[in-house]
Amino acid sequence: MAFLTDRKRASGMGSAKSGAEHHWNMIVSSAALLILVPLFVFTFGPMLGQPHEVVAEYFSRPFPAILTGLTITAGFIHFKNGAQVAIEDYTHGLTRNILIIAVTCISYAAIATGLFALARMAL
Amino acid sequence: MADVNRGNRPLSPHLQIYRPQLNSATSIFTRITGNALLLGAILVVWWLLAASYGGEYFETADWVLTSFVGDLIMLGSAWALWYHLLAGLRHLIWDAGYGLDVKSSDKMSWIIIGGSLFLTLFTIAIV
Repeated sequence: MAFLTDRKRASGMGSAKSGAEHHWNMIVSSAALLILVPLFVFTFGPMLGQPHEVVAEYFSRPFPAILTGLTITAGFIHFKNGAQVAIEDYTHGLTRNILIIAVTCISYAAIATGLFALARMAL
Repeated sequence: MADVNRGNRPLSPHLQIYRPQLNSATSIFTRITGNALLLGAILVVWWLLAASYGGEYFETADWVLTSFVGDLIMLGSAWALWYHLLAGLRHLIWDAGYGLDVKSSDKMSWIIIGGSLFLTLFTIAIV
């Protein structure tokens, strides 16, 4: 450690490493969700509490199915990136790594499950 | 000179020395609502999976989501969703370089609070 220069120790530690790309991805997914979320609320909402035949028929139609698939995908990618920032703010070391991996796994699992369910209803 | 005063530097002032303000409160709630939405989102995905199977599985999931607790979670999620959407919109406006002064930020804070409540009531009325 004693042989490291100040310059060497600082290099790669700044926000210019990969933070800009992470932030840009948040902007892209939030712009997408700005359109998707209002459409999804009024597409999914009326189906809650409906009998099964109605729900299955509804989500086998292109618009509700594609919209729901897009909202779940964009939503969970946005959650994965956003929750990662929160984890990085409040935790350190091994806990941080475990939490980020857990959030990533949960997000992709939810996307896969949602798309599987939609495909099953559409076919 | 490379190892002088490592990890023993003065810290910049943090949260605890500041008086809570409208901007800080609305900003913190953006994070809280965003993370809390996980619960509602997971329930919706589970409900969709159950709907793809039908029968008893769907009835169980549908019962959970439309029970009193389920209604409460869905209502809370609806408000959290609208709040997070409006607050996120403010972040996009800020990122574009507009509305960064205190007056505009405060104005947008009230729009976020009022707008999210209005949109939640609107959602209840429509859905």
